[in-house]
Amino acid sequence: MATFKEFRNNVKPNWCPGCGDFSIQAAIQRAAANVGLEPEQLAVVSGIGCSGRISGYINAYGFHGIHGRALPIAQGVKLANRELTVIASGGDGDGFAIGMGHTVHAIRRNLNLTYIVMDNQIYGLTKGQTSPRSAEGFKTKSTPEGSIESTLSPLEIAMSAGATFVAQSFSSDLKQLTSLIEQGIKHEGFSLINVFSPCVTFNKINTYDWFKENIVNLEQFPDYDPTNRVAAMNKIMETNGMLTGLIYQNTARKSYEDLVAGFKQEGLAKQNVKITQDEFDKLVAEFK
Amino acid sequence: MISQLSWKIGGQQGEGVESTDRIFSTALNRLGYYLYGYRHFSSRIKGGHTNNKIRISTHPIRAISDDLDILVAFDQESIDLNAKELRSGGVIVADAKFNPTIPDGIDARLFAVPITAMAEELGTSLMKNMVASGASWALLGLPLEVFNKAVEEEFGRKGAAIVEKNIEAVKRGAEFVLEQAGGPLDEFKLEPADGKQKLFMIGNEAIGLGSIAAGCRLMSAYPITPASEIMEYLIKKLPKFGGTVVQTEDEIAAVTMAIGANYAGVRTMTASAGPGLALMMEAIGLAGMTETPLVIVNTQRGGPSTGLPTKQEQSDLNAMVYGTHGEIPKIVIAPATIEDCFYDTLESFNLAEQYQVPVILMTDLQLSLGKQSCEPLDYSKIDIKRGKLVTDVPALEGQSLFKRYEFTEDGVSPRVLPGEKGGLHHVTGVEHDEVGRPSENSVNRRQMMDKRLNKLNDMYIRDAVRADAPHENPDLLIIGMGSTGGTIDQARQTLAGEGVATNHVTIRQIHPFPTKLLKPYLQNAKKVIVIENNATAQLASQIKMNAGFAEKIESLLKYDGNPFLPSDVHKACKELIKDGHVQRV
Ligand SMILES: Cc1ncc(C[n+]2csc(CCOP(=O)(O)OP(=O)(O)O)c2C)c(N)n1
Ligand code: SF4
Repeated sequence: MATFKEFRNNVKPNWCPGCGDFSIQAAIQRAAANVGLEPEQLAVVSGIGCSGRISGYINAYGFHGIHGRALPIAQGVKLANRELTVIASGGDGDGFAIGMGHTVHAIRRNLNLTYIVMDNQIYGLTKGQTSPRSAEGFKTKSTPEGSIESTLSPLEIAMSAGATFVAQSFSSDLKQLTSLIEQGIKHEGFSLINVFSPCVTFNKINTYDWFKENIVNLEQFPDYDPTNRVAAMNKIMETNGMLTGLIYQNTARKSYEDLVAGFKQEGLAKQNVKITQDEFDKLVAEFK
Repeated sequence: MISQLSWKIGGQQGEGVESTDRIFSTALNRLGYYLYGYRHFSSRIKGGHTNNKIRISTHPIRAISDDLDILVAFDQESIDLNAKELRSGGVIVADAKFNPTIPDGIDARLFAVPITAMAEELGTSLMKNMVASGASWALLGLPLEVFNKAVEEEFGRKGAAIVEKNIEAVKRGAEFVLEQAGGPLDEFKLEPADGKQKLFMIGNEAIGLGSIAAGCRLMSAYPITPASEIMEYLIKKLPKFGGTVVQTEDEIAAVTMAIGANYAGVRTMTASAGPGLALMMEAIGLAGMTETPLVIVNTQRGGPSTGLPTKQEQSDLNAMVYGTHGEIPKIVIAPATIEDCFYDTLESFNLAEQYQVPVILMTDLQLSLGKQSCEPLDYSKIDIKRGKLVTDVPALEGQSLFKRYEFTEDGVSPRVLPGEKGGLHHVTGVEHDEVGRPSENSVNRRQMMDKRLNKLNDMYIRDAVRADAPHENPDLLIIGMGSTGGTIDQARQTLAGEGVATNHVTIRQIHPFPTKLLKPYLQNAKKVIVIENNATAQLASQIKMNAGFAEKIESLLKYDGNPFLPSDVHKACKELIKDGHVQRV
């Protein structure tokens, strides 16, 4: 069985020292090993941004796509070969601005894949503009007077879109993050894991210390029941979205692959696709 | 006896025009006639004038006719709008309910049949289409049993009682009109057909069928006219073959999902029209850069913007050829017949994998939606070629990766699918090295660009340039693409009768442009006319730019939303011969 080391490669990430993304990379590598995967069984599909580079830093099949489109690409991969474990990943701009439409619909579709958002409340790669996750009043290169748009709550959006797995974590909490990614991979449906991942270069407000002060870990509430949708929504609102842990899971709803008529367990990519003369004749007969 | 005839039915959208046309033409197909249909419709679902025209012939035809023999009209508007097409002595079968009149100056015979009244007598006005079609079928003197069989199939699932009522409606319509006319009309007596069963389908269905035969098992698409029939056909069929169709949130998702699925090894396509194609542009570049096979069908309609969404046009050529930023290899194929729609789909999937490039299969609205006879399709031509797809590759050593983008002689690299143990590699739209890792090295950059861009050197599809060139030095070379070929051929027949020698070339490989194959035809012709449904002569520009001969190339352009008529082409060719230039249609 592969250890987390086998999910490492020899590429040195071009992230700034101290960037939150490093820990997310490590957590994915550990979680993949912990659930018993081999590198070739994992496909990591990422978007564009500092965060999007992650698909090149994990020893697995990696697909670095285009800005905002990691999810549709990842869904295509999963539909083609449901035997693969598919992780989609990218920044908050990637998933909640340019790719927001895909995020909502991927949640609704509920294919069995895990989406890890590296949420730094800013655009890193393009050097510091506002993101839909930026707080109101947040000053960036593109909002010199402070952001005047309301902050997007991806957790509430996910809940209202019918998400079957919603979690949030903090890149410093490697243990919790690894565990949540493992649970996300094992969840049979779409799992959203939003991860606070500080950008040490362009975001001087939402720093490691700031997160430590402002987030609450759901472990503090022993009675919290992540299968209760109303309670989950309430908790998200009560904490203004600043909570970590498994927020909601619905294991009753089947994944998309299980609901598609005629879809087999064997990966479609492995199936024989040549049709027989008889099958062909039947198709043609309808046009006579 | 005559060898061909044109029939049209008109009414309000939602009034049964479609179903009447369907039953009428199915019955004719059973008799072995060649058919060519044209649907005129607006983008409203209910209400608004609509009409379907069918050309019926004992020999192959691929064009609508200039004129009309029989018009079946559910309302006066249908008469007023369409009577001018009737040739003199033509026939109108209309509902007596609205006291139909023949417009001034039209020489036609009118049969006012109590269509609605008869249908209501039988229980529902819904059956008026049966009365009307029965009446017009009877006038042609064709066997009623064949027609009734088609009715049975249309309504069979609704139960025997409904079938019987509909057959009764057909009978009453037929009897009424035969009594009025004193029997079938001699001048409309068609010669018997060859009796050989052909297929009768629309281009979109031929593409759908072709894709299943090609091994396509996934389709991701967003509905749009005139492409939707492809996804609607495939969602009915693919589950039987283990696959499915995903209706995505938009065309960007559709195309990127297709890229993901092709990367993971399943032949997957998407289909759209101009507005959707525009949204796909960035992703087409991703497929080109990552050398991921991809098949996109673009069913052209009137642009720009929402344009004329339900009308004929061929104006996306530039978008398909030049679309996406930067420079990638890409193939654009234009089927010209219904049979091409099938065989080109097979070939598109093969080329996409053999060259690891995006392939755009471009149709136009008339080819996608016009229902027509199709020669039997050949199962033995189905040959799935997956190019350099490799399996069971040796294990990787240490930290090495599979050279997915290995430099090779032909520029095409071995491709493995995720899941393969020895195949780990990285894929990115960023410039990359042989294992797919980002690289800004300038030497690597040039090598990679050359590798990708040279893949399609000397690539020719089947019949890249299809020629009907009986003359060594024709007075005129007529060039077209897509659905216009049949119309051009018909005009050529008239021209031949007038002593004008024409050759005809259909360009089927739009990109990379088949310059070498086309040049000899241009060289030998005294004059050249390029016929296309757009305003800026996009095909002619490709020809002039790639092959030259600008001085002898003229254009006939039509962009009013309607397909060319044989008379449009004939008139333009005559003008060109006489005056040396062409007026716009
Ligand atoms: C279509 C398109 N528009 C814009 C860009 C430029 N761009 C690249 S990454 C990015 C946003 C980065 O922010 P985020 O997604 O939050 O990722 P981060 O860099 O913060 O990890 C933008 C706007 C692009 N690559 N593609
Ligand atoms: S700019 Fe910010 S997000 Fe990007 S690598 Fe540096 S710290 Fe990380």
